[in-house]
Amino acid sequence: MSDSPAPRGEGRAGLHSAVELIGRTAARRWGDVHEQVSYIGALAILVKLTLIWCWRGLLGSQVRFRWNALLDQLVRVGVRAIPIVVLVEVFIGIILALQMAPTLASYGQLEKVADIIAIAIVRELGPLLTAIVLSGFAGASIAAEMGSMVESEEVKALRAHALNPYHFLVVPRFLATVIALVGLSVVADVVGVFGGLLTSVLVLDVSFWGYIDATQAALSLQDYLTGLFKAGVFGVLISMIACHEGLSVRGGAEGVGRATTSTVVKCIVALIGTDAVFTAMFYVWGI
Amino acid sequence: MPGNDVVISIKDMVKEFPTASGTPARVLDGVTLDVQRGETLVIMGGSGCGKSTMLNCLIGEYEISQGRILYQTKEMDKPGDIAQMSEVKLNQVRKRIGILFQSGALFNSMTVAENVALPLQEHSEVDDAVIDVVVTMKLQQVKMLPHRDKMPAQLSGGQKKRAGLARATALDPEILFYDEPSAGLDPVTSAAIDELMMDLSKKLNVTSVVVTHEMDSAFRIADRMVMLEKGRVLSIGPRSQFESIRDAAPESLKTVDERLINQFLNGSSEGPLTDAEGMSEFEKLIGVQ
Repeated sequence: MSDSPAPRGEGRAGLHSAVELIGRTAARRWGDVHEQVSYIGALAILVKLTLIWCWRGLLGSQVRFRWNALLDQLVRVGVRAIPIVVLVEVFIGIILALQMAPTLASYGQLEKVADIIAIAIVRELGPLLTAIVLSGFAGASIAAEMGSMVESEEVKALRAHALNPYHFLVVPRFLATVIALVGLSVVADVVGVFGGLLTSVLVLDVSFWGYIDATQAALSLQDYLTGLFKAGVFGVLISMIACHEGLSVRGGAEGVGRATTSTVVKCIVALIGTDAVFTAMFYVWGI
Repeated sequence: MPGNDVVISIKDMVKEFPTASGTPARVLDGVTLDVQRGETLVIMGGSGCGKSTMLNCLIGEYEISQGRILYQTKEMDKPGDIAQMSEVKLNQVRKRIGILFQSGALFNSMTVAENVALPLQEHSEVDDAVIDVVVTMKLQQVKMLPHRDKMPAQLSGGQKKRAGLARATALDPEILFYDEPSAGLDPVTSAAIDELMMDLSKKLNVTSVVVTHEMDSAFRIADRMVMLEKGRVLSIGPRSQFESIRDAAPESLKTVDERLINQFLNGSSEGPLTDAEGMSEFEKLIGVQ
């Protein structure tokens, strides 16, 4: 571009800058897309390496599986999260019952409240809300812990001692999160339905045994298993995003903070997105 | 005393890092040097001269861009280039080296004793009772036995380094790398760590490679010294050679390199390392205004 103003070419210059703007915006958007795709690629590589090290640890003879580390993580990710999961799911059961009651009552179908709560909790809200709780509870703490380990050269020290960080750090956290999330979802299902039962019996005057019978009739094994399957997938997502964010920390305490925040945000988006995809698939396949 | 066989042979090592502008930043620019078995080699240089990068390349943390790093450990038939090695082979070499990181880099979730035991548990077949004896011995060596059940967060800077040193020597390595062993320590603790390093290298007959810019410490422990500047080896030689450059008057030195080393060793603010505006070469390189 010439530096001197060209009065007669003003229109053309305007066109130029418009084209340039479109080009720049497109390039920037392309950069964003590129970034997203490489992020998913990096996660896929992490999943692959984690599975390889799970395999080597559990079935191979060369590396010793670190049962103690897995147990520690299970306590940290799973056991300690039980109270908060129970609290959240009981409330969800109560909320669902109270929200549904007026509409159902207007159709004279108040006893159907048990069916709705059972399906909603077991297929959807049990696993999903547990996963969301766990992405804040466990995901953030895994990312912060791993990030600090990167910053304090602990991860480098592992490699320098010929110890693989995936085997040492990622595998126990991955397995613990998946196992804990499936286990916690079972707890969530039970207490969620219990919350609904409590409200229905005490507030809505539904009979106790009527509610139990309706719940049993409404639920099939399939409902239960699709929920737990989703919980397993959510566990993979949370642990992998948290480990990836933690291991890619750069820039000291600020970097650790950034990784923690972005873990929670990315987890929630990934969880709900994945849930939508699975629910659509189950709907299409009729399961 | 240094023997004649070479443990690490670095040939034309180049390390470049990608930059946002597209032209890679060359941090190491053709480093060539040999480390002799049993010696203590001190690598010196100002901030940004590439000495930390060099250490990271030597321990296999960074992949080098060009050149070779040949290791000859006792169990290897012929020298092996770690730049070309598979992860499994590289790990075999890593088991023969120990590293003391700047901060100690202890695993924070484990006690001091568990930190020292970890490499033994993972890389040796011996049972727990034997490991316990070895851990006690290694902690005794660095005078950390009273602190064996403490967590790293409860230790002082000097204690962390000593515990790190015990862990680095757990597998009886042939080569020990030290990353700034005196950084962040008071002069007395720093001297104690130096004593410990010399003691260990004598007792265990290890080869030591020390990266530092603490000159007192460097002159205490070194057999030979290397001066790095702008990613190149400016000078390498026995300690006495550097001592004579340090003690000479700057005007009496013939070459710019010698005057530069003299300035660095004496820590003076005037000389070829800094120009008339008092800006170092590194600052000019990165374009500090």
